[in-house]
Amino acid sequence: MTILELKHISLTYDGIRNILDDISFSVQSGEIIGIVGESGSGKSTLLHVILGLIPDGSVTKGECFLFGRSASERKRRELKKLRGEEVAMIFQDTGRYMNPISRVGAQYKEYLTAHGYRGRKKCIEKEKEMLSRVHLKDTERILHAYPFELSGGMRQRVGIAMAMSLKPKLLLADEPTSALDVTMQAQVVYEMMELRRKYGTSIILVTHNIGVAACMSDKLGIMQNGKLVEWGNTGDIISCPQTEYTRTLLDSVIEIDDERMTGKNE
Amino acid sequence: MSDALLEVSHLSKSFESGNLEKGMIPAVRDVSFQINRGECLGIVGESGCGKSTLARLITLLTPADSGKIRLNGSEYMHSKDKGREIYRQIQMVFQDPFSVFSPRMQIGTFLEDGLVYYQLLTRRKAAEEAVKLMRMVELPEELLNRFPHQLSGGQLQRVVIARAISIHPSLIILDEATSALDVSVQKQILELLVRLKKEQKLTYLFIGHDLAVVRSISDRIQIMYAGSVVEELRSENLKQAVHPYSRELLDSIFSVRDRHTERIQVKTLSLADAGYEACGCQYRRRCPCAMSVCAEKVPELTKAGQEPGHTAACFLVSR
Ligand SMILES: Nc1ncnc2c1ncn2[C@@H]1O[C@H](COP(=O)(O)OP(=O)(O)OP(=O)(O)O)[C@@H](O)[C@H]1O
Ligand SMILES: Nc1ncnc2c1ncn2[C@@H]1O[C@H](COP(=O)(O)OP(=O)(O)OP(=O)(O)O)[C@@H](O)[C@H]1O
Ligand SMILES: [Mg+2]
Ligand SMILES: [Mg+2]
Repeated sequence: MTILELKHISLTYDGIRNILDDISFSVQSGEIIGIVGESGSGKSTLLHVILGLIPDGSVTKGECFLFGRSASERKRRELKKLRGEEVAMIFQDTGRYMNPISRVGAQYKEYLTAHGYRGRKKCIEKEKEMLSRVHLKDTERILHAYPFELSGGMRQRVGIAMAMSLKPKLLLADEPTSALDVTMQAQVVYEMMELRRKYGTSIILVTHNIGVAACMSDKLGIMQNGKLVEWGNTGDIISCPQTEYTRTLLDSVIEIDDERMTGKNE
Repeated sequence: MSDALLEVSHLSKSFESGNLEKGMIPAVRDVSFQINRGECLGIVGESGCGKSTLARLITLLTPADSGKIRLNGSEYMHSKDKGREIYRQIQMVFQDPFSVFSPRMQIGTFLEDGLVYYQLLTRRKAAEEAVKLMRMVELPEELLNRFPHQLSGGQLQRVVIARAISIHPSLIILDEATSALDVSVQKQILELLVRLKKEQKLTYLFIGHDLAVVRSISDRIQIMYAGSVVEELRSENLKQAVHPYSRELLDSIFSVRDRHTERIQVKTLSLADAGYEACGCQYRRRCPCAMSVCAEKVPELTKAGQEPGHTAACFLVSR
């Protein structure tokens, strides 16, 4: 079943430069899509389009179909309900989306209540379960803390826990592991794979970590300058990239067995 | 005279936990190390283990509870003229370059301000210097008139590094400075850092999560866990790390070349696992090799392996 279909999406903020340029692809139920590419190529913007989090009128061309219906057909209220329950997002910089003067627990509770959780006890139970899944063991302290009292990676994990709470049908994960150490990264990758295994969740994973994308995703999209320059099965792209840009990206990956940089041959 | 640029000894910092019953959070505990001139020290470790706090203690953005920090042999934590002089000597680059800029400040002004304030150049001289800096970090000159949102994250990060270097600091602390960048921009920036380090004999403290990246740029690496350094070794020996936490890190790396990652074992922690341990080794509950002594005493850094400069804080090594 097709969960999401993007048809020729173009987007601009200033009417001059296309931030997204004629993007088309579709996502099937239970599929994991990896999106990698240039810094500033429009990856986050793409996820925001799917979630309907962009200013009116900025999409100049194309349409986005979620669960078979065009986003433009849906009412605002319907869209709001959709977010969280059907489609959830892990934001690239969770810290920026959190309210700095409200405790983490309060924000988490608000999120759950907005999506049908009733009762303090039920909320706290859920919060603790989800936080411990992302290795935030000291749940009491985390829920009691203000965002600035947590490290970057701790905030990121709160965002991940929240997004996974409602077992969405589609999970949009924007750099979910960029601020995490590698063992926690492995844990988060595992939890996302479990989400798919247990509930058939489709995932769009945006990441600079090509190792993670290669391991998790069925299909891979490569973005550069607003365009989807390559799209295909992950294995095929990694083993035989078709565009110059993809080759450059793959060649730039630093691996643990590589020669160390010495600055000699420059 | 020793070649140490920065000497940190027995540095500690606890935060009050918002949740009073839980008491204090020992974010950094009894950390000692030195960085030599022209060297790059890498730090990796668990998320929340105190890396950024350590960086903030060194730059005096957060006051330490105890310990000493020396730069060029002189202690500066309690010196009178700390502020400006320390900021000139120690520059910091963060993960998110956008957080450094005010949105209405042009790139050129951002570069010039540093030069005017710290190097006491005239505006005119500073403007000339800004052009040279852009060339040094391989950015087109015309970006000088742009505003931050008109640059990509990678371009902005290069501007931040250019400014940090323009002030001629003795030490640059890079806290996850390349983790938000695509791999090709990341590589360019790392190459730039390595080149400048050589040309200008710069000294770095490089904090990161990507072990391959940290290994590639650093001369030495420290691995931190729950506020303490648990292992230290030369970068080329990283794969010979012996501390069980270091081993866990090394076993968790996703590789592009070897994408069949079934080998990565995920350990799900039990819910009962609390935050910090009151005594003994902090890692012991996660440790596959924990012994009874690990619950009783705190392991100290002791010589490990055959290579010089390799130490680990683990009873597997010290007995
Ligand atoms: N609100 C906005 N107004 C104007 N330009 C914007 C706005 N938001 C984003 N941009 C621009 O759109 C482009 C794409 O940004 P986006 O955040 O989608 O990139 P990205 O691929 O996610 O990059 P990164 O890898 O750094 O996260 C960038 O050039 C950015 O400067
Ligand atoms: N201002 C503060 N108030 C209270 N606790 C704090 C404060 N700053 C940091 N902490 C706590 O100190 C510990 C260390 O945080 P720090 O930011 O140094 O971690 P880190 O190693 O940089 O982690 P990451 O890799 O996720 O960035 C964490 O438990 C954090 O919650
Ligand atoms: Mg982004
Ligand atoms: Mg940090």
